[in-house]
Amino acid sequence: MKKLTLPLSQEEKIALHAGDCVLLSGTIFTARDCAHRRIFELLDADMPLPFSLKDAFIYYAGPCPAPAGRAVGSCGPTTSARMNTFAPRLLDSGLGGMIGKGEMSDEVGKALQRNNAVYFAAIGGAGALYAHAVKRSELVAFPDLLSEAVYRFEVEDFPLVVAMDCHGGSVYRKTSC
Amino acid sequence: MKIVETTKIGQCVYRLALRGCTRLTAGCKGALACAANRETGAARFALQTILENEEIATREGMPICQDTGMACVFLELGQEVHLSGMPLTDAVDEGVRRAYADGNFRKSICDPLTRRNTGDNTPAHLHVEIVAGDKIKIRFLPKGFGSENMSRLNMLTPAEGREGILDTIVETVRSAGSRPCPPVVVGVGIGGSFDSCAYLAKKALFRPLGTRNARSDVASIEKEALEKINALGIGAQGFGGSVTALDVLCEAAPTHIAGLPVAVNIQCHCVRYEEEAL
Repeated sequence: MKKLTLPLSQEEKIALHAGDCVLLSGTIFTARDCAHRRIFELLDADMPLPFSLKDAFIYYAGPCPAPAGRAVGSCGPTTSARMNTFAPRLLDSGLGGMIGKGEMSDEVGKALQRNNAVYFAAIGGAGALYAHAVKRSELVAFPDLLSEAVYRFEVEDFPLVVAMDCHGGSVYRKTSC
Repeated sequence: MKIVETTKIGQCVYRLALRGCTRLTAGCKGALACAANRETGAARFALQTILENEEIATREGMPICQDTGMACVFLELGQEVHLSGMPLTDAVDEGVRRAYADGNFRKSICDPLTRRNTGDNTPAHLHVEIVAGDKIKIRFLPKGFGSENMSRLNMLTPAEGREGILDTIVETVRSAGSRPCPPVVVGVGIGGSFDSCAYLAKKALFRPLGTRNARSDVASIEKEALEKINALGIGAQGFGGSVTALDVLCEAAPTHIAGLPVAVNIQCHCVRYEEEAL
């Protein structure tokens, strides 16, 4: 299995193909429905964002509270398709890619291609296993959103599958998404 | 007449929720292990990861999935029982509130418009059925919304019949694709009214995997729908394969001469529920 460390270089992203299994390490940011709405409000108002989008990876996730002695509680991925409307603009603004679960739209696929970006699938439901791979967690923005706030995770060997690559490849069969 | 303090029911909900979010049902675990042996590539990797996750969660008392769900509590209340003490809904909510705090479970309940989180995963989604006798059966199901979002209710015409029912079930799973965390379990309500049909579909999810409806015509719909769904090729997590559903469980109830409601409630591969009798 391929091991990768963030940030990914252009060459590393180009070398990824749909269906590849990888272990990813480095810094990622959680954001899901509500956090995306807030980020878009900031973008629309030309205000500073809670983290730089440049080469960053967003993890579509809302973790459980951390038990004693752990960085975070269960933290598997949420359904990415709900972020279909948000991802293209973020990718065009420099986002390196996303981590989530399930197929994303053709528009997202095109945005991945024109930006040489990648969408990884984490395994949905494997919350406890992913919690083990998060070594540090820090609240970055929107604390009122509780589990939907933005957190910075330092992850080690996150098991992922390349779901949609920068060549137009997808691990998913086409459904209605 | 038997007198039961509602706080006893609240304590029971607390126990069920703590257990229910941190382990899979035995039937689900077995079905996932079978599926892992049958699949290859990314789908096999996904299933093996899911099984490994289950071991970690159970060993460490951590939630299997971070979506610890909407707390669905189904109560069968014997009509010989007299409930005393605080209102039943308050007692159930108190059990949920304490379990979600003590278990480090995610609080996922919010206002539908402002999206403001209630902060303690209440209110629980409580259903009470009055039955004969003096027992209380309490069932707890933490329902995740990745799969709930992919559920559907169709009001068919009587003429659409068995074929229409099968099409509704298969099309719901097909259009959900990779999104509800397949391999899924499909709960189906056939008949009743607009609301009771959806309730039947959710209740069907309590049936152990692999059991067939006692009515042979309903059981044959379950079998045929499962075959058709597994021929779709969606596979675990949508990575392709022959196991898109672990089972299809249908429940039927009398309906109106003018209608044929069909509700399809999708459950992700994390089949979690617990029950106790008082």
